[in-house]
This record gives sequence, C-alpha cells and structure tokens, in this order.
Amino acid sequence: MNPLIPLFVAVPLAGAFLIMILGRFIPFLNRYLAAAVLLFLAFISFWSLLTEGADASVYRVGGWEPVNGVPIGIYMVHDSFSALVLCIISLIGLLSVIYSMSYMAGYTSGDYFYALFCLMTAGMNGVVLSGDIFNIFVFLEISAISSYALVAFGVGKNELEATLKYQVMGAIASFLILFAIGFIYWKAKTLNIADIRVAYEEGHDRSYYLLVQLMLLTGFGVKAAVIPFHAWLPDAHSSAPSPISAMLSGVLIKAVGIYVIIRLFFNMFEITEGISVLITTLGAVSMVVGTFLAIGQWDIKRLLAYSSISQMGYVVMAVGIGMILTARGVKSDVAALAITGGIFHMLNHAAFKGLLFLNAGAIEYSVGTRDLRQMGGLAETMPVTSATSFIGSLSISGIPPFNGFFSKLIIIVAAVMGHFYLLAVLAALVSIITLAYFMKFQRYAFYDRQPGKTVQKIKKVPAPMLFSMIVLALVCLLLSLLALPSLRDAILTPAADLLIDQMKYSSQITGM
Amino acid sequence: MIVYWLCFILFLTGLYGVITRRNLIKIAISLSIMEFSCFLFLALLGYTKGGEAPIVDPADPVRTYVDPLPQAMVLTAIVIGLATTAMLMAVIIRIYRKYGTFDIREIKNLRG
Repeated sequence: MNPLIPLFVAVPLAGAFLIMILGRFIPFLNRYLAAAVLLFLAFISFWSLLTEGADASVYRVGGWEPVNGVPIGIYMVHDSFSALVLCIISLIGLLSVIYSMSYMAGYTSGDYFYALFCLMTAGMNGVVLSGDIFNIFVFLEISAISSYALVAFGVGKNELEATLKYQVMGAIASFLILFAIGFIYWKAKTLNIADIRVAYEEGHDRSYYLLVQLMLLTGFGVKAAVIPFHAWLPDAHSSAPSPISAMLSGVLIKAVGIYVIIRLFFNMFEITEGISVLITTLGAVSMVVGTFLAIGQWDIKRLLAYSSISQMGYVVMAVGIGMILTARGVKSDVAALAITGGIFHMLNHAAFKGLLFLNAGAIEYSVGTRDLRQMGGLAETMPVTSATSFIGSLSISGIPPFNGFFSKLIIIVAAVMGHFYLLAVLAALVSIITLAYFMKFQRYAFYDRQPGKTVQKIKKVPAPMLFSMIVLALVCLLLSLLALPSLRDAILTPAADLLIDQMKYSSQITGM
Repeated sequence: MIVYWLCFILFLTGLYGVITRRNLIKIAISLSIMEFSCFLFLALLGYTKGGEAPIVDPADPVRTYVDPLPQAMVLTAIVIGLATTAMLMAVIIRIYRKYGTFDIREIKNLRG
C-alpha cells in the first residue's frame, strides 16, 4: 500500500490554486512554486517506482470499502505500468518548468501559464492513476482544457487556428468516449475497470462490446494522434510555446492516448484477434505515413511533430504485435518482449522528443525563426544546443549506444520472432528514413553555412534552458542502461507481465 | 427503444453540423448539440419505468428507484461541457478579432 497516491493529484491542483491566489502579490512566486511542485512530484514518483512491490496498491477515495466484493466509490491504482508513466510525466514536466523560467520571460501573464501547467500535470497524473473509467474521462478533460489554453498562449493568428482545430477534434473524441462509457455502464452496471472486466467475463455479448471497443479506440486514437485521426497534432504541437510542445509531444499524447488504450484493451476487455490486428495496422500505418510527411517539412517544430506521429506508430505497432500473439495464445515470451519494447520506446520517446523540442525552442529563441532554410552554421555560435540536439537526433534515429537503438532493436527482434517479417522490414526502413530527415535538420540548422547569407543576430541561450537540455541529453544516454537484462527485469518486465497476465489486474483490485 | 435511436440521431445531427457548417459559431452550436445528446443518453440509462427518486424509505422498502449514478455522471459532464464551451467561445472571439471573420474558409494560415 502506497500512502502517496492521492498526493499525485492533490499537490499540482493545490499548486495551481495557490499560484492564482498568491501570484499577484508575490513576484516570481509562480515559477518557483511550479518548479517546487514538479520537483516534489518527480521525487515521489521515482520513490514509488523503486519501492513498488509486485502487487498494485489501491487507494479508495473517501474510504469506501467494497460491499459484497463489489467495488463502490472511486479507486486510484498505482502499479508497475502506471509508475513508469508517472515518472516520465514528472521528469519532463520539471525540466520544462525550469526551461520556461527563461523562455517564457518574453510572454505576459506568467501566473496563468504556470497555473495551467500545474493543472495539466494534475490531469495527466489523474488519468494515469484512475482505476475508474468515468474518472479517466474527467481527468482527461482537465488536461485537455488546460492544454487547449496553453496551445493558444501566444494568441497570434497561427496559435488560435491551431487551438481551434485541436478543440473541435478533441471535443468530438471526448463525446465518443462519453458515449462509450454510457454503453459500458448500460451493460456492465459498473464503472470500475477491474469490475467491468469481471462483468465482461461473465456476460457473453461480445458483439455489443465490439461497438464500444471501436468507439473507445477512435476517441483515444484522436487523443494519441494515430494516423487517420492525426490532423490536429502538427498544428497544435508546432504553434504552442516550446516547453509546452515538449510536454504535449513528450508526455500528453502518451498519458492520455497510448497509456489509456493499452490499459483498457489489456486490462478491461479480453483481447480479441480482430481488434489487435486493427491496432497493429493503425500503428504500422502511422509509423510509415508519419515519417513520409515529416521528411518534406521545413519548419523545425512541424518536422518534429510529424516525427512524433511516426514514433508513436512504433509503440502502437509493438503493443499490437503483443496483443495478436496473446489473442492467439502462442509464444507468450515473444508477446512479453514486444510489449516491453513498446513501453521502452514510449519512455525513450519522451526523453528524446522532449529534448528535441527544447532545442527547437532554443533555436527559435536566439535566431528568431523556425524555418530551416533561413538558418545555418549555428554549430559555432550555439555549441551546447548543437551538441544536445545531435544526441537527440542520433537517439531518435536509432544509432547505438543511445536509447532509441535498443528499443527499436527489441521491437524488430520481437517482430521477427513472432513471424511478422513485413512489419520488421517496415520498422527498419522507417528508422533509416528517420535518420535521413534528422540529418537534414542537423545539416541545415547547424552546419552548412551558405555564402552570401547574412549572419542573423544571435541571442545567447540562458542558463536554465541549457540546464534542461543537458539533463535530458544525459537521460537519453542513461535510459539505454534499461536494455541491460538485470535493470530490464527490475523495471520494464513487471509492467509487461502485468499486461500479459490478463486477469491479474482485475483480481488484485477486486480481491477475488 | 425509440428514445435511444432519437438520441443517436441527435448525435449524428450535431456531427453533420460540425462537418458541413462554415460559421464558427454554428460549429460551436453543433458541438453543443452532440454534447447534449451524450447527456441525454446518460440520463436515459438511469431511468426505470415507474421509478422514484432514490431516497430509501425504511418503512416501504420494495419501491422501484431510478439509478442515481448516471445522474451524478451527467452533472459532472455538464460542468465539464460548460468549461469546454466557454473555452471554445473565448477562442472564437479572439479569432474574430484577429481575422475579422467567422468563416472557416478564410482561416487557413497553417498547412502542410
């Protein structure tokens, strides 16, 4: 039993409230309070990860004990999978806040910015911890509304257009999710994820749940930006202020999109072959199409946003391979390997995509443009940004010894061992194309100074921004240690086992 | 059963509006229609024919009650819907100030 579970939601909510109340009286309170909140969250999330036992710990809000074995009231569940996602939320959040201390100095209304930032963190932590499908919806809307406001924070033409698109698509997705929750409640008469699983096992109305599964997949697919539903992502992620882009691309699409899809389809429904083939196809399509859309971009942040779609495709495809093998009931070790690879790539993507968006922000801060054609030769004037973005680019394109190599290797090996040869070849090819467009980014931004081009006025990048970038670059290197068998068994394998062993989650929580 | 179908038709009406209208305000109204069809659906789930408000009377325990949980869900969802609509309206007003139009065809800075 972990006593810290309610603090993950309560502390950032209190932080947002205090910043709005006290921020106008005390100057600079907002940034230090937000940093303190995120530092505290980072501390307790890593402590929870390290002390997490084999069993999930459950916190019952309000102390409502189950009646006749049926859970009533709201449950918050902390297990080995949600622990990993909580760690990346608080780590990337902390570094983004430190980065914003200098980056957001050019914007007004700092109080609103930091309060919304804390609110968004509270929403994501709530989604990850919630053991109850309606609370997932509530926290999802908290994080979504604050991210709509943060995307529009610059209130220019582009920001407003991006946030409008994001809001309309996000709202339709939310309504689909709400409709699906209504359908589930109609049949199962409960909202607790573990209890829905029990009701699902007892009832045999599979075609009814197929509709619900498709609605949930569409709704959370929009939030996770898998390819047919991706239209909002490149606009929103490229228009937001850079620390927010790092949060959105690094964490938000995972916490409210991929995480919830994995959690619901493994632990709430029984895996069927049809749905798992659909999920794998969606993943493979977003992996391939996203990378081809990225290669033609000249705006740095748009390039990174499309690359996020492509890298999320890897995660969805790896998890889908695991689902297909589990549904067929063959090769459960390969299925566990594929899911481990997917989760590992999710963590890695948070680190390197966060780093690359912070680099893009530093370039925009000092040069004043995001267009690759208008820059060049920045390696001499911005050595730290250049070095860290080189590390980020090598990680994302899968060059050893950086973390991206190991996770892609695990995914490809799992695909070959599961006899998905086409998917393995596609994953390797997409990795090569990824290398190509990151080399384009490196060459046009940092090397290749064209003669006759005037040297732009360069502002020096302030220390807090450099600090965040250097720490994330080190995280990229350190995460590759997770590929070592002993560390992998300690941290990644419990999460994959929890997902593979389908009844474990439900039996731990209902106690049956 | 017919009420559920009407509820679904209301949802589709809203979706049709979001897809075909070109005025931003009308898109916001269509989104509200979709939202309220969801609320209506949730409220219908809790309804039992001849049911009463679920205040348990120990003297008369065999009454039929309506299900209170969907009602609590609808109240929560309405509050969230209010926040979403307010946010959307604020953005639409800002867009009108910047672009001088509500026509969605004129708002096309971002592409590619």
